[in-house]
Amino acid sequence: MNDIVISAKELTKQFGSFIAVDHISFEVYKGEIFGFLGANGAGKTTAMRMLCGLSLPTSGQGTVAGFDIARQQEKIKQNIGYMSQKFSLYEDLKVWENIRLFGGIYGMKEKDIETKTDQILNHLGFMQEKTTLVRDLPLGWKQKLAFSVSIFHTPKIVFLDEPTGGVDPVARRQFWEMIYEAVEAGITVFVTTHYMDEAEYCDRVSIMVDGRIEGLDSPKNLKEQTHSQTMDEVFQKFARKATRNSD
Amino acid sequence: MKQFLAFVKKEFFHIFRDARTMLILLGMPIMQIILFGFAITTEVKNTPVAVYDLSNDVVTQQIIQRIAANPYFTLVEELHSPEQIEDVMKKGTATMVIVFDSDFQSNMLHTGEAAVQLIADATDPNQATTVVNYATSIITQYQQEISTQYPSSFAIIPQTRMLYNPQMEGAYNFVPGVMGLILMLICAMMTSIAIVREKEKGSMEVLLVSPIKPIYIIIAKAVPYFTLSIVNLISILLLSVFVLKVPIAGSLLLIIFVSLLFILVALLLGLLISNVVTTQVAAMLASGMALMMPTMLLSGMMFPIESMPPILQWISSIMPARWYIEAIRKLMIQGVAGIYVIKEIGIILLMIFVLLVISLRTFKKRLS
Repeated sequence: MNDIVISAKELTKQFGSFIAVDHISFEVYKGEIFGFLGANGAGKTTAMRMLCGLSLPTSGQGTVAGFDIARQQEKIKQNIGYMSQKFSLYEDLKVWENIRLFGGIYGMKEKDIETKTDQILNHLGFMQEKTTLVRDLPLGWKQKLAFSVSIFHTPKIVFLDEPTGGVDPVARRQFWEMIYEAVEAGITVFVTTHYMDEAEYCDRVSIMVDGRIEGLDSPKNLKEQTHSQTMDEVFQKFARKATRNSD
Repeated sequence: MKQFLAFVKKEFFHIFRDARTMLILLGMPIMQIILFGFAITTEVKNTPVAVYDLSNDVVTQQIIQRIAANPYFTLVEELHSPEQIEDVMKKGTATMVIVFDSDFQSNMLHTGEAAVQLIADATDPNQATTVVNYATSIITQYQQEISTQYPSSFAIIPQTRMLYNPQMEGAYNFVPGVMGLILMLICAMMTSIAIVREKEKGSMEVLLVSPIKPIYIIIAKAVPYFTLSIVNLISILLLSVFVLKVPIAGSLLLIIFVSLLFILVALLLGLLISNVVTTQVAAMLASGMALMMPTMLLSGMMFPIESMPPILQWISSIMPARWYIEAIRKLMIQGVAGIYVIKEIGIILLMIFVLLVISLRTFKKRLS
């Protein structure tokens, strides 16, 4: 349980005089669900972009899957999956074409892609929709599919950027069941979210305020520390310290 | 490589699935060729002409008959006073008035010099020039014919000849222009929109997190539009040869080679635009305003560069389409050998180099 798959030490990103991420340090262990909470503009996305190798840290170090985030981005990219709220899949491609595309991009063999596609579609109960254009699927389905695609190449870690934005509670619940399945398969999950009920599902949660990590522990411990009943209350107590305006 | 092919396949799907856009892209060159070829002609046909004949003798009557019989002119009115000249011009019943001096025939015979005045409506200077040139050549021709009948010699009037395009057919001129415009439109505009769409939808982020190299993404995006432009290039050439009967006088290989260079320029411009804008609308406006408009107006496609003010001439010389159109005109219509277009090819190559450096630099900057 104590294998470290993500570590950040004094990680900082500065845009001009604005410090988006301010010396954050944390570790994520193999097989856990790590919740990354924070208000809009708290620096979550910037921190996540640095971990995914999309932007270089101004100072500090970090490793993802054992590779340095400043020097070995290519190696990191091979070992992670990524899903964002904004984009799920290509709307004008069919379900199986989307899967094949991302399988291809991650360098999987054509045959493996084929067998795994059927496997996943069967599991999701989407076999009938294999040749449906993604634009004709309901949002909840798209997101489930997008998650399946993001872990299609069996990455070590999957980064989920507000994956459940805009879906109803039932679909969200189902989505989290899929996350648990992925964890059982040995994938570490790094997830940002706005929904505090989802924070309860995480093994450990960090709360970012104004670019700094103000709290980091299991939901249970965080609630005890702040004498709160729910994660929502915990978050409110931390977020109250914020001076930065959310945009 | 396999990653790259998977990505190219996806790009083709995007285009094929969007049937309307594809129809426009493939149909546009055909539409433009037909439109420019048959509807919007810059050549002059049936120009209304009025005559003010002070002399009214055999020679002037013969000249008038010649002009009236010519398909380019229609004799609309015989005038009887100088005031009427301005009158018909203002009303627009005639765009050219021919005035014969009094005693035209006797002047011609005795002094060897006879004056004929051609007054043209120069609100459209290009048209006026063309019309006057036609009339001059008709008169000159007539004069040469009758010079054998009369013993004395005549004043020699410089002969005008329309080189390379003796019938002054509009089609010859605009085919290279349409080629430049279409290639610019498809390569620059569509490529920039396609790249920016991924940025706008957020899919670029997902791609950048994946192991595929960013430069592959860009090249893969360009491949389908490159293919489309080749298809269009072929359809334009076929249409102009078989429908408009514009001959290809020069080397077809060289025409294709220069076109490929120009396509490269346009693709790089598209990449450059996609690097600096973030929305599809902005990409469309940028390519429309910064590329399409100047290409149409300043490349010499519609208006001759020589008659532009110096500042516009200077601007036109940085338009890639200008050099492309010039090279294609030389190769396709004049049929010159390769060495005569070295200047144009050199300039296009220089532009490719400069654009390559700039767009790769801005591309890298955006990624970090």
